[in-house]
Amino acid sequence: MGKKIGITGNEAIANAMRLANPDVCGAFPITPATEIMQRFTTFVSNGQVKTEMVLAESEHSAMSACIGASAAGGRVATATAAQGLALMFEMLFIASGLRLPIIMGVANRALSAPLNIHGDHSDGMAVRDCGWIHLYSENAQEAYDNMLQAFRIGEHKDLRLPVMVGLDGFITSHSIQTAEYLDDDVAREFVGEYRQTLPALLDIKHPVSMGSLILTDYYHEYRKAFENVMSMVPAIVEEIGREYEKISGRPYGLYESYRLEDAEIAIVVMSSAAGTSKEVVDEFRDKGVKAGLLKPRLFRPFPYTQIAAALKHLKAVAVLDRADCWGASYGPLFTDVSAALYGETNRPVLVNKIYGLGGRDYMPDQAEYTLNELVDLAKGGKVKALKEYIGVRE
Amino acid sequence: MKLKTWKELPAGAAITEPGSARHFKTGSWRSYRPKWIEENCIHCLFCWVYCPDMSIKAKDGKMTGIDYDFCKGCGICALECPGKQGKKALVMEEEGK
Repeated sequence: MGKKIGITGNEAIANAMRLANPDVCGAFPITPATEIMQRFTTFVSNGQVKTEMVLAESEHSAMSACIGASAAGGRVATATAAQGLALMFEMLFIASGLRLPIIMGVANRALSAPLNIHGDHSDGMAVRDCGWIHLYSENAQEAYDNMLQAFRIGEHKDLRLPVMVGLDGFITSHSIQTAEYLDDDVAREFVGEYRQTLPALLDIKHPVSMGSLILTDYYHEYRKAFENVMSMVPAIVEEIGREYEKISGRPYGLYESYRLEDAEIAIVVMSSAAGTSKEVVDEFRDKGVKAGLLKPRLFRPFPYTQIAAALKHLKAVAVLDRADCWGASYGPLFTDVSAALYGETNRPVLVNKIYGLGGRDYMPDQAEYTLNELVDLAKGGKVKALKEYIGVRE
Repeated sequence: MKLKTWKELPAGAAITEPGSARHFKTGSWRSYRPKWIEENCIHCLFCWVYCPDMSIKAKDGKMTGIDYDFCKGCGICALECPGKQGKKALVMEEEGK
C-alpha cells in the first residue's frame, strides 16, 4: 500500500506529474503555482522523468509550446495560476478546440487589480468556458488524486480534451497536510502510456493540418461536435474514478455528497472551504439539524442533471462562491446550480453567498451564519438577499 | 460539394486530406480583378514571380492567363507588369462592371 506523509498541494501535483512522465512541459513560474514547476524541474534535473522542459518567456508562450507538443502527439503537462492563466486565455481555447489533452495544475488565486496573490476562484471561473475540463480539489490528497486521474480523463480515447486541476492557492498549495501517495509502480500502471487515437501532426503516413481557418460553413458544426464530446465527459470521469478507488480506496465521482441523503438544508461549496463547512455541518447534525453538503468536483462540463438530482429534495440550499460575476447578479457556481434546478418542479430555496475573496479566511462562523439562515428558510422564512457577501466589513 | 454534418467531422478540426485547400475557392473575396491584355504581354513572367498566391497560369515559359478561382485581386501583378512600350498587359478592373 501507499505511504502517509506530510506534503503541500503543489508537491502533490508535481509528484503526480512525475508519475505521468510527460514528454514535454512548457512552463513559466507564477505564485502560488511556482513550487509545482520548481519541484518538477528538480525531477527533470535528477533524471526521474524524461520530460523535455521548455522554459518559456510568458504563459502565453508556455501554453503555445504545450499546444505544439500535444499536437505532435506527446503527453504534455504544465501548471499556472491567476495572471498566468489569464495570459494563457487565448491559447486555452486553441488547446481545447484542437482537442489536445494538456494536463494543467492551477493553484487558484485572485486576479489583479487590486493585486493579490492569495487563494480564490476568480482565475478558474474566468476561464470556465474555454472548453477545458475543470476538476477542483479540497486538499493535497485530492490534488494528487485528481492530477493522476486527469491524465486518464483528458487522454481518454473518446475525449482527448485538456484538463485543469484546481487547488486553492496557499490554503492547499502551500499548507503541509497529511496525504497518502500510491506506490509509484501502482500509480504508473494506472496512468499508463499515452496512446494517440486521433490525428496527430507527427504521423508521416497520415499527414494532417491543424489550426486551419473554419468559416461560417463549418464553425457552427465544429462547435456542436465539441459540445457533444463534452457531454461524454461525466460518464468517463465516473468510470475512471471507480477504477482509481480500486487502487487507492478513495472514491471519486462528479461531486462529493456529505450527509446529504436525509438532509433538509445544505451548503454547496468547492475546494478547501468544503473541509471547514463539513465540520460545521457535523456540529449542526449534533444539534439535531438535518444539514448536509455538496462539493462539486467536476465543474466543467457542469453535471447539471446529476447535481439537480442530488439537491432537489432539499428545502433550502446556500451556494458559496469564491468568485463573483460583478454586475451579472450571482456568482458562477450559483448560476450553474440554479440553472440545474430550474427544470425541477420541487426545488429548494436558493441563496448565494460570496466568501473568501483574495484569500480572506473562511471561518466556521461564516458556515454557521449560513446554516442558521438556511434553518430559517427551511421553516418558510423569507429570503432577505439572494446574493450576499459574507465575512466582509460593512 | 455536399456539406458534412457535425457528426462527420474529424476531431479538432484537423484537415486530413492533403492539398484540400484547392477545394476552397477564395477568388470570391475579390473586389478588383486583373485583366490580361495579351497583345501587350512580353511574357517576362514578373506577374508569375510576384503573385502572392499561385493565380498566374503559365506554360512553357509563357503567361497563359489568370486563375480567377483563387486570385484575390491584390493588384501586385498589374503594378509589377512592365508591359510593352508603356502599355500594361495587366490592368485592374472593378468586379461586376
